[in-house]
Amino acid sequence: MESLIGLLVGFPLLGAAVLLCGGKRLEKTGHWLGVVLAGASFVLGAVLFFDMLGKSADERALHQHLFSWVPVESFQADVAFQLDQLAMTFVLLITGVGTLIHIYSVGYMEHDERRRRFFGYLNLFLAAMLLLVLADNYLLLYVGWEGVGLASYLLIGFWQHKPSAAVAAKKAFLVNRVGDAGLAIAIFLMFTTFGSFAFAPVLSNATEAGEGKLTAIGLMLLLAACGKSAQVPLQSWLGDAMEGPTPVSALIHAATMVTAGVYLITRSGAIFNAAPDAQTVVVVVGAVTLLYGAIVGCAKDDIKKALAGSTMSQIGYMVLAAGLGPIGYAFAIMHLVTHGFFKAGLFLGAGSVMHGMNDEVDMRRYGGLRKYMPVTFVTFGLGYLAIIGFPGLSGFFSKDQIIEAAFAKGGTQGWILGAVTLLGAAITAYYMTRVMLMTFFGEERWRGQANEPHPHESPKSMTIPMIVLAFGSVFAGGLFKIGESFVHWLEPVTQFEHGHSPLSAPVVTGATVVTMLIGVGAAWLQYGRRPVPAEAPRGSLLTRAARRDLLQDDLNHVALVLPGEYLTRGLVYVDNKVVDGAVNGTAAAFGGLSGRTRRLQNGFVRSYAVSMFGGAAILVAATLLMRAV
Amino acid sequence: MSAVATAGAVPSLWTLGAEELQAPKIEYGQLSPTIIVLGAAVIGIVLEAFLPRKLRYGAQLVLSALGLTSAFAAVLALALTGHGSSKAAVAGMGAIAVDGPALFLQGTILLVGLVSVFVFAERRLEPRAHAARSLVDSFAAQPASVPGGEGEREATKAGWTTTEVYPLLLFAVGGMLIFPAANDLLTLFIALEVFSLPLYLLCALARRRRLLSQEAAVKYFLLGAFSSAFLLFGAALLYGYAGTFGYSGIARVVANADRATSTVLAETTGSDALLLIGGAMVIMGLLFKVGAVPFHMWTPDVYQGAPTPVTGFMAAATKVAAFGALLRLLYVVLPGLRWDWRPVMWGVAILTMLAGAVVAITQTDIKRLLAYSSIAHAGFLLAGVIATSRDGVSSVLFYLGAYSFVTLGAFAVVTLVRDAGGEATHLSKWAGLGRRSPLLAGVFAIFLLAFAGIPLTSGFSGKFAVFKAAAEGGAGALVVVGVIASAIAAFFYIRVIVLMFFSEPRADGPTVAVPSVWTTSAITIGVLVTVVLGVAPQYFLDLASQAGVFVR
Repeated sequence: MESLIGLLVGFPLLGAAVLLCGGKRLEKTGHWLGVVLAGASFVLGAVLFFDMLGKSADERALHQHLFSWVPVESFQADVAFQLDQLAMTFVLLITGVGTLIHIYSVGYMEHDERRRRFFGYLNLFLAAMLLLVLADNYLLLYVGWEGVGLASYLLIGFWQHKPSAAVAAKKAFLVNRVGDAGLAIAIFLMFTTFGSFAFAPVLSNATEAGEGKLTAIGLMLLLAACGKSAQVPLQSWLGDAMEGPTPVSALIHAATMVTAGVYLITRSGAIFNAAPDAQTVVVVVGAVTLLYGAIVGCAKDDIKKALAGSTMSQIGYMVLAAGLGPIGYAFAIMHLVTHGFFKAGLFLGAGSVMHGMNDEVDMRRYGGLRKYMPVTFVTFGLGYLAIIGFPGLSGFFSKDQIIEAAFAKGGTQGWILGAVTLLGAAITAYYMTRVMLMTFFGEERWRGQANEPHPHESPKSMTIPMIVLAFGSVFAGGLFKIGESFVHWLEPVTQFEHGHSPLSAPVVTGATVVTMLIGVGAAWLQYGRRPVPAEAPRGSLLTRAARRDLLQDDLNHVALVLPGEYLTRGLVYVDNKVVDGAVNGTAAAFGGLSGRTRRLQNGFVRSYAVSMFGGAAILVAATLLMRAV
Repeated sequence: MSAVATAGAVPSLWTLGAEELQAPKIEYGQLSPTIIVLGAAVIGIVLEAFLPRKLRYGAQLVLSALGLTSAFAAVLALALTGHGSSKAAVAGMGAIAVDGPALFLQGTILLVGLVSVFVFAERRLEPRAHAARSLVDSFAAQPASVPGGEGEREATKAGWTTTEVYPLLLFAVGGMLIFPAANDLLTLFIALEVFSLPLYLLCALARRRRLLSQEAAVKYFLLGAFSSAFLLFGAALLYGYAGTFGYSGIARVVANADRATSTVLAETTGSDALLLIGGAMVIMGLLFKVGAVPFHMWTPDVYQGAPTPVTGFMAAATKVAAFGALLRLLYVVLPGLRWDWRPVMWGVAILTMLAGAVVAITQTDIKRLLAYSSIAHAGFLLAGVIATSRDGVSSVLFYLGAYSFVTLGAFAVVTLVRDAGGEATHLSKWAGLGRRSPLLAGVFAIFLLAFAGIPLTSGFSGKFAVFKAAAEGGAGALVVVGVIASAIAAFFYIRVIVLMFFSEPRADGPTVAVPSVWTTSAITIGVLVTVVLGVAPQYFLDLASQAGVFVR
């Protein structure tokens, strides 16, 4: 079974290679190749999963050593895979949701000329993400990490003819580079501290290193996670990334990319456990992002951007949970999986709505669509109920666990975190209800527009994946919760401790439900009872700030871009005046010297002979002088 | 009979000879490269006298190529049988050393000579209309005829081409073979004259710009004679110091090992003033041939005036021979005086590098530019000479091999860029050449990059080896100056490349002649050597390293 692990990465990689190099011959059928290879990877993943279930918990981790990549004395980089429970979870999520998104894209990208290339990139995305989660060392993980960055760049900017898409792709790439630098530095530190960057030696010896070093490594890993997972302060790329085709958004937000940061923190749990300060920072980042994304999500009229804010917020939940240590890792991953289902469903639903509405994204021009798109409405609605944590659906179980764990952190911190997560749940309920109401209920605001759309249900290739994902949104959480099966499944990798919440579980659950209902009610009061204006009202200061993503770009502009510009201007000035001045001055000096010296070459043999004679005299004199000295 | 009778009382010249003169023992095998070349040269003269005019060109060509090839084969055979290393010895009654450096340099000179013959043999560069169906080369058929004129047409029709250039070249090569192998000062001087005189003649033979060519020849001759005088005077002073012309003998006296026994010389023997002055003067004579500052002033004028094939030969081969001789002199005769000559040579090297590079900046004629470039390169080579180590020797050997082929190739390219007045040597005419004939300009760019010492060309490998040896030999400051000079030099090399590729072509620009197989093969060899020595220099560096020991 070990020898099959490589194929998990190999299938989509092969697909990417064939599709990207295959040329026009694959134009007609290439996309099915992409779907089949993604599906093959999923089937293989499922086979390995059932094989794994048949073993006892301790024997489940598999290793495959493919080849030695850089063997230089003590620097041993291997291409080797490790398939344990954590990786398995990701493999199933990535390939499962990924395959559904592939199928969906067949319909969604039907009229795009460059569909073959699109599927090549999708496969590349899957391959990179699988490499990331299957690597058994940080260096190979880094390869996957960069591959994800590359694939996301290619896909976000897929409609490169739109300047906004090209800019968004660049932005995503650049912001991610900041995180990548963090990961690179973390790997350097690991190598100097542990003499290795393979998971096994680093993680098992983590406690032996000094806490200062571990904190440094932890913070660098967190920086990396912030980049990929769009956590404050590196969150700014996520909203703009909506410029990509909608399946890409679904893929980025549900199955790949943004989950990488959570994976990295969970995988490196041993380091964070031994570095409490780093853990605190992780929790703070998670809590801040949780609220940040939620607030942004409230103000957006663009359906995809509202969902993007929601992703940021939900990932904030996961990071927060991961920062809690062994009491939270399992819940972080659990929420990640359930979120994978409902967020993919929501995005695909949003794509389906856009598909029927002439690619309109402004929710103020939607309204009353439930009649026209029943399947989309139902699947989107189930995803909506799941994300707000409606009792019995996936999100309810996973989010409730995180809130409970946050309270269980203990002390003042516990109370603050608990309150933040509860507040987040309320806001989530608010903005998701807002999206729901503005899109599917109320007046049909799209009527009477210049270019009036004809809303219609999407083709089967798009609705079927949505239906499948809706099942996941509904049942996954419950399945995981029965007998704590998910926690037990992950325990050998991530450890698990029961948190001791100062509030009893039913109280927390009750509070969660109540806050959720408050959020829903508030949204209904604002958007359900009253008609939604087709033009956005000016709104309060906070609303306006939230519409601008809480001024993230302005902040970056002032804090980073302007100093950078001044620095470059200064450097250009120095380069022009000082460096060029010195260079040109030197050149001019030599030119002048040359002009003078060449006059000695006057063409007369007599002066040549004199110079020779003089030279000889000096030569002899100098030789004699040397002896005298 | 009367001489015999008085023999006992006053030793006359005759009896002195009768008693001491023995038949010299000549190692023909070990001297065979030189003998073959000089023999071929003599045969060439005979052919010139007896062969019908029409046949001379072909016959001379075959003879020269054959002579040089078989001489090279002889050098190879000697090297392979260990005469360069284990069996290195002094042959010809102490006159000629057969050792690693000598064989390496002789091999290089022979190959350079062979490629030069190819360039000499080119007869298709003139447009047919000018040459009126007869083939002309770069050399004047008759001193009085106008290039492309009626007189020349008749002369060439009658076959009065100057085929003497081939034997002249062979004589020069012969002298150059002896020069770096010379093991006593007299042989050194004679070798100098043997290769210098043919060069003076060759310089005067340009078919076009006759006056410039003749002026160059006269200048070269006058200054050459002047420097020969210095060398000869220096040799005399050294004889006065040591009582012998032989290198090893002088070296022994310098090292205080033994004293000359002759009573006549008793007063002067061991006088340091004689040694230092004599040594400096001999070195000066060699520095003149090398083209080092302040004895460089002939170089630009002669390089510019001489027929371009001759310039290429002279620039490549003379430098190899002269540096060989200089190395032997400094490493075999004067190692004991290292602390006396090194500071002076430092000064010469620095001046040479800087002056060559700086003055080249403002040159407008490609041949003069290459002349100054050769001065700068002489400076770089001197840096390696000063290293006074085995690495120093081998790096200089390698550099010479690399540099000579770049030079040959570059001058061969110069012969191809022509306008109505012959070669278009003014740089402004080279503007935009890369657009019109990218291949030729590309090849020339490779040579220029090699001159500039850009990696992946032989110029880089050579310069790196020389500077490394110099730095390890304690001449770090010299290396710094060398690198600065390289940077200055890079400016004017790259400027030519920029001119060729990034300027608009001139409307009245030159045309590029389509050469025959001769020039083509010469340029091809140049490019091949340049690239191979640049990309995979290790084998040749090892070869030079093995050849880096002088026999004493």
